[in-house]
Amino acid sequence: MANFLAMGGYAVFVWPAYAISVLVLGAAVVLSLQSHARARRSVRRLEEEGAESGEGQT
Amino acid sequence: MITALANPKRFLDFSNMIAPWVCAAAIILLGVGFYWALFATPPDYQQGQSVKIMFVHVPAAYMGIMIYGLMAGASLVGLVFRHPLADVAAKSAAPLGAAFTALALLTGSLWGRPMWGTYWQWGDARLVSELILLFIYLGYIALWNAIDDPVRAAKAAAILSLVGAADVPIIHFSVDWWNTLHQPASIIRPGGPTIDKTFLVPLFIMMLGYTVLFLWLWLLRMQTEIFERRARALMMAKGA
Repeated sequence: MANFLAMGGYAVFVWPAYAISVLVLGAAVVLSLQSHARARRSVRRLEEEGAESGEGQT
Repeated sequence: MITALANPKRFLDFSNMIAPWVCAAAIILLGVGFYWALFATPPDYQQGQSVKIMFVHVPAAYMGIMIYGLMAGASLVGLVFRHPLADVAAKSAAPLGAAFTALALLTGSLWGRPMWGTYWQWGDARLVSELILLFIYLGYIALWNAIDDPVRAAKAAAILSLVGAADVPIIHFSVDWWNTLHQPASIIRPGGPTIDKTFLVPLFIMMLGYTVLFLWLWLLRMQTEIFERRARALMMAKGA
């Protein structure tokens, strides 16, 4: 295990490279999901408001 | 006007149907890819374990360029056919392309230090042309944010992306035209790849995983953009 973590002496380069990759890909997923949910909510809300006041069709 | 609304509608139905499958495929491919790359590949005879960085560096670099091609292609379609979905596609791809390009630069720098003795070299054409790609992405995103009218913003951004496309062949051929630090192509080259199968197979799985993850996020972000445009139209209709 310690041998694996040492990465043949390249641990300080290999692990940061993997960490930053997982971090950036993870952030892309989280941010994309968040903005998706926010945008969908605001469309729903506006459509419901529009339907209530009788102007549902665009 | 009817087609302009009908197409995003059809796109929403279609993307809702395939998105969960694309997401599942990305999780499986990346799970297998990361496991294989980290635990099931041997050290390279020259580079030792630092070769492990290849499995996160090459896919990121390839995505940065492939996404740029898709973005410029969609921009061209948007300019020529005035198809709103094409503008949406181009705009939604840009932040993802920038993220992968930044990853390519960061992981490349972490690979360069032990192999070349330096994190960065201004004299290397591959490194500098890749940095320029990141700046083009950022400029493209800034241009979208700077212009309020989506039709005018799409046109300006599309022109920028087509002009910036000149950087893509420069990135690809930089390693042949200027023989500096970065090694020449070892996968997309006449005569086939020069990498051994024990590295090539997990590398392809990682590249496929990155591609499918991008496709899923692209679908999500295109949906987001369509929702935002619809919300804005509804707001304006209410205000009028």
